[in-house]
Amino acid sequence: MSDAPGRLVPVPTAETAEFWDACRRHELVLQRCHGCGQVQFYPRVLCGGCGSRELGWARASGRGVVKSFSIVRRPVSPAYASDGPYALLLVELEEGPTMMSTLTGCEPGRAFVGMPVTVAFDDWPEGVTMPRFRPA
Amino acid sequence: MPESLRGKAAIVGAADTEVGVVPHLGPTRLCVEAILGALEDAGLSKDDVDGLVTCNSIAEPCTYHAEAIAEYLQIFPRYCVSVATGGGTTFTALHQAAAAIATGLCNTVVVAMADSLRSRVSRERAVAMQASTGHPQFEAPWGAPVSASYALIARAHMHEYGTTPEQLAAVAVSTRAHAARNPAAQMRTPITIDDVLNSRMIADPLHLLDCSLISDGGAAVVLTSAERASDLRRRPVYLLGAGEGHGHEHISQARSLTTSAAVDSGRRAYRMAGMGPADVDFANLYDCFTPVVLILLEDLGFCAKGEGGAFVEAGHIAPDGRLPVNTHGGLLSHCHPGHPGAMFALTEAVRQVQGNGGERQLARAELGLVHGQGGVMSSHCTLILGRERTA
Repeated sequence: MSDAPGRLVPVPTAETAEFWDACRRHELVLQRCHGCGQVQFYPRVLCGGCGSRELGWARASGRGVVKSFSIVRRPVSPAYASDGPYALLLVELEEGPTMMSTLTGCEPGRAFVGMPVTVAFDDWPEGVTMPRFRPA
Repeated sequence: MPESLRGKAAIVGAADTEVGVVPHLGPTRLCVEAILGALEDAGLSKDDVDGLVTCNSIAEPCTYHAEAIAEYLQIFPRYCVSVATGGGTTFTALHQAAAAIATGLCNTVVVAMADSLRSRVSRERAVAMQASTGHPQFEAPWGAPVSASYALIARAHMHEYGTTPEQLAAVAVSTRAHAARNPAAQMRTPITIDDVLNSRMIADPLHLLDCSLISDGGAAVVLTSAERASDLRRRPVYLLGAGEGHGHEHISQARSLTTSAAVDSGRRAYRMAGMGPADVDFANLYDCFTPVVLILLEDLGFCAKGEGGAFVEAGHIAPDGRLPVNTHGGLLSHCHPGHPGAMFALTEAVRQVQGNGGERQLARAELGLVHGQGGVMSSHCTLILGRERTA
């Protein structure tokens, strides 16, 4: 573990606290609009579709497919380099929205577009739980 | 009334500083030198300037950047602003400066940008700065550099349209061929497809030579009303079309990974100019990474969606191609000092349209298109520049 500079840790806001709290419980949740039913990510104070502020939270299946990926060999800082190259993912969730994440549970070279994946929570020692994805 | 800007303003002076590795001059000095060079080119004095647009410097950040430059020069403009929309900065600034002139806010605007990413910013800080375009909660924590975000686009284009690493490499090879004709370019030694494919993998599928340079340098242009332009020493380069498109900021929020808001910016610019892609003689397109050029060629209508790779592979963007692209050598081979990067695409377009391109002057350069994009295919601005006021 490298000490400085460390990994960039997400700092929750009023809109996103529920998402990060759920991650800590190893649950993936998404916002759903009470007005039009649209599911969105990232969390916002309004529905990006219809503009309604009436939003609730719904547990997501955690399943998705890899929409694109890249194998990162030169991360932004040594704090990310300890485990060697890793696969950066864009995952299209079953509920619709896309999320950036990284691949776990297999070699990065096994990533492919269309790969079915499922969420795998990673408890960081920094005190945050990150939603990663592993082969489904 | 988007048509209202057509032919209202013209670029009457342009200058680049020395670019590449320029450790002896800091970004403020580079900015000032660029301004003085552009004013000399225009045959104007600093006291003719009543508008100033700059972009902030990464190496020497300054909250009131444009004001600081104005103060240094001892000019007292009516319109003074610093902008920062990444690679889109230059052309959105030009677009807005032309609007300021057309509405009478001011008459003569200098747009000047410079930075010293190579000599005065550590590589680590430059990488971290670029990555800061990532969403602070939902992207940045994954530690990926900006090259990986562009790699996601490249991979999606390959998957959707069968684009190959060789076709991406062909962009870098062609751009280097242009740079070989430009004595000012940072990298001039010709390269081959194999050189690109054998260069170090940075973020699959992008190799080192698919990525742009990290440089020092600055450039400036002088923009004035068409009326004022007509009696100055340089042949005016008229702004005939301008359009912007803004689709997202963060790549994970993009509505499409392979089609960008350049479709919108291009359509708006063509409509204002009253012309289309077939009328354009050359294009200087933001080329921070090779896949961007393929997508811009498609989104700006130079070829069909998905055919960017084949278009480049056929040699169409090379010096002797049907649509030469980045005749100065682009960000890939000429220089890339960060926010100011697209300035050099603009000053080169001005030289080409004026007929001052030297040994790399194109046979036909009456109409040039320049396009900047910032973020990760996020903010887009297209400008169409021409020799005649009414095209």
